Amino acid sequence: MSVSAHPTPPAGTEEYQPVFTGQTLEQLGEIFTRYPTKQAALLPALWLVQQARGWISDRNMAEVAEVLGLTPAYVKGVVTFYTMYHQHPVGRHFVQVCTTSPCNICGAEAVVKALLDATGARELGATSPDGKWTVIEVECLGACGFATPVLVDDDFIESVTPEKVPDLVRKYN
Amino acid sequence: MGYPHKPHARETVLLSKHFGEADARSYKGWVKRGGYEMLERALAMEPAKIIDLVKESGLRGRGGAGFPTGLKWSFMPKEKRKPHYLCVNADESEPGTFKDREIMRWTPHALLEGAAIAARAIQAEVTYIYIRGEFTEPWAVMAKALAEAKAAGVFGRGKIHLHRGAGAYICGEETALMNSIEGKRGNPRIKPPFPAAAGVFGMPTTINNVETLAAVPLILKQGPAWYKGLSLASPKSTGTKLFSVCGHVQRPGNYEVTMGFPLKDLLYELAGGMRPGRTLKACIPGGSSVPILDRDETESCLLDYEGVVERGSMLGSGGVIVFDDSTDMVYQIMRLARFYAHESCAQCTQCREGTAWTTKILERILAGQGKTADLDLLLDLSENMTGKTICVLSDSCAAPVVSGIKKFKNEFEDYIAGRRKPVLVA
Repeated sequence: MSVSAHPTPPAGTEEYQPVFTGQTLEQLGEIFTRYPTKQAALLPALWLVQQARGWISDRNMAEVAEVLGLTPAYVKGVVTFYTMYHQHPVGRHFVQVCTTSPCNICGAEAVVKALLDATGARELGATSPDGKWTVIEVECLGACGFATPVLVDDDFIESVTPEKVPDLVRKYN
Repeated sequence: MGYPHKPHARETVLLSKHFGEADARSYKGWVKRGGYEMLERALAMEPAKIIDLVKESGLRGRGGAGFPTGLKWSFMPKEKRKPHYLCVNADESEPGTFKDREIMRWTPHALLEGAAIAARAIQAEVTYIYIRGEFTEPWAVMAKALAEAKAAGVFGRGKIHLHRGAGAYICGEETALMNSIEGKRGNPRIKPPFPAAAGVFGMPTTINNVETLAAVPLILKQGPAWYKGLSLASPKSTGTKLFSVCGHVQRPGNYEVTMGFPLKDLLYELAGGMRPGRTLKACIPGGSSVPILDRDETESCLLDYEGVVERGSMLGSGGVIVFDDSTDMVYQIMRLARFYAHESCAQCTQCREGTAWTTKILERILAGQGKTADLDLLLDLSENMTGKTICVLSDSCAAPVVSGIKKFKNEFEDYIAGRRKPVLVA
């Protein structure tokens, strides 16, 4: 089940496009009705940008600033606070693996290693040469009883073991 | 263990009664189970009466602090001069805790109903449910449930909105959460003013945890005396609590037991005990922010607010992390410190520097480069990180470090003396 489609283009292949036009602008209009201030729509607006483009560029931050009546510097300050907003393009599939203590003692680090190997990303935070995969370690995903949880884009996958990794990667490849 | 699974005979299944029943997620399915009857009743009641009932029940906040819920509601202005808000803390991010996730996944309407009743009690027109960004599945379930309940018109004039976080543990701190809703960095605010005076958008606000609110319809239905009677030990801790058990047990998962239940039985009976050939070494009973218990303390601990404090820790969020004898405690304490270093909002020096240096010193010890004086240095740092900052994130980093050094000092000393193979931390 997913929050939204997450079509991430390969790194550096896409020109800047304004996000808040047409349907997305309408969505933002609906979001404005939920809050007493425009500023409060900032986090949802940043999600809309990331859903549309896969990451949030400086140009897009400036666009968000304009539609919300904020400064680009302010928007950047907020973007940099929250780890789920990508400030750089990432692979088509973005993989987050929990390695905090409860998962760590259940073998999370071996899951990370298996994912880095199977995806070809090789290094944490790097994107595989085919542009398909970026793998990062994250702190607690809130599913400690289902070690090791892995987020592939918006798909939350429980109880991943190194043995299950090749099949999992094949499914998305 | 994922749902559906049969509850253990010793569980008291109230909040988790419908976990695993797919149709309980739909509005129709929830109504069939008696859902929204209590909201209808509450909407016809005087707000003060609802607050009294919850006060009488003894319900305390399930997010970690254990503050009496009815009392918290009563802090809201009685005479309404400004808009009132309710915030629901569904930013469940405390390592070891995964109970709110299960409530949202399986019984979204229990949360919506509880929230709408609370909103009535505190006279809030708008409720924001702040769900952590990583919870994609609970988000989808909640969004669908909310749309259905809205369409059925059950909330009267009240409005409920979902708000998605974006990856910041600190936004589970109440005032950081409010800043985050306002479109700001998730920095905790200095208190006072407290949220009941000036919360989200500067207006009177109450913030409650998911599990707390999910219990409210049950209290209205069966009465405060019934709820108060659910107590095995301390009369100050009432009702049931979902305990998330994880780590080295055979059956990890959520277990709902009456307050005062023995931790030992939770681990060995309900969660199936340790893996074959393994023994219990340590346990963190209330999420990673509370002190570590050793084996004896764990096996003699009663699970209520008072019982866990008696053993030197806290009930917290009810996230029970279990470590068996294969665990390298120094490494795991480093992992916890690293968590807090990563999640510090960096406003306060003691936290920003303290969490980072605690991690670095622990990494140095693991690498075989530690000195005997490092243990005192860690304790000194921890002292400067406790009770000196805007929020309790830095206290939370100090808790496992101080208790870890006290209870597992030999493991630290082994690394320092070169008796243990160094671990290079990436």
